[in-house]
Amino acid sequence: MDLLSPKISVEYVQNATITTLTDQKILEQADIQALENSIMPLVDSSAKINLIMDFSNVKFLTSAVLGLLIRISKKVYESQGRLRLCGIDAKILEIFKITRLDRVFEIYEDRYDALQGLK
Amino acid sequence: MAREGLVHKSRVVAGSVTAVEALCRELLEDVQQFGFDEDAVFGIHLAMEEAVLNAVKHGNGGDETRSVRVECRIGPDEFDISIADEGGGFNPDAVPDPRSEENLCKSSGRGVLLMRAYMDVVEYNEAGNCVHMIKYRSGRKPAE
Repeated sequence: MDLLSPKISVEYVQNATITTLTDQKILEQADIQALENSIMPLVDSSAKINLIMDFSNVKFLTSAVLGLLIRISKKVYESQGRLRLCGIDAKILEIFKITRLDRVFEIYEDRYDALQGLK
Repeated sequence: MAREGLVHKSRVVAGSVTAVEALCRELLEDVQQFGFDEDAVFGIHLAMEEAVLNAVKHGNGGDETRSVRVECRIGPDEFDISIADEGGGFNPDAVPDPRSEENLCKSSGRGVLLMRAYMDVVEYNEAGNCVHMIKYRSGRKPAE
C-alpha cells in the first residue's frame, strides 16, 4: 500500500485502484487540493481505470468535496474508466441524496461490494 | 449536563478561510455544550462551513484584507447566526437549482441548497451579503 501526502492511501486489488480517504474531516481548500493532486495523476496514469473511492474514514465533508468528485468522475469517464464510491457514512449519504448526486455516482456499501462486476 | 443561559458572540475576523473556520470550531464547541444532538450539530457545522466559504470565496472574492462579521446567539432552544461579508452581495433566489438535470454535473453551486436543507431559517439581507440562519433544537420555533 502506498501512502500519499497523507490524504489518501492507495491499494491495487484485482483490476481496481482503491483510494481510501484518510482524513475524518475534509474542509479546507488545501485538503481538497491535496486530494485532487493525489487522485488525478492516478486517473491519468491508467487508461480505463476502475477507481474505487473508500469514504469509510470520513465523517464530515462540504459541498466543495462534491465538486471535486464531479471533476474526478468527468476525468475517469473521459478515459472510459469507472468510478465507484463506497463506505459512505449515513449522514454524508444524506448530503448526496439532498443534492441528488446519489443518482450520479455509483455508490456501494463497502469496498467488497464495489469490487463486484468490474471488468 | 447541558449548559444553560445564552452565549452571544460578535466578531469581526480576517477574511481568510482559516481565520473564520477557527471561529466556527469555537462556536461548534458551544453548540455541543448546550446538548444539541449529533444530527443537529452536523447540520449546523455543514451550514456554517458553506456560509463561511461563500462569504470568503464569493462574497469577499478571496481578498483577505476584507473582513467577515459573525454574530451568533446560542441557547438551549436555538442556534442563531449571521455571517456578513464585504462584497456586493448576490441574489440567492437567482442561484440555479443544482438538482436540475442541466446542473447536476456542475462542480459548484450546492452550498445554499445544503444550508436550506439543514437549517430551519435561512434568509439574506436585501444587499445579499449577509446570511441569517437559525436551527431550532426541536426542529421548529419554540412557543413564546
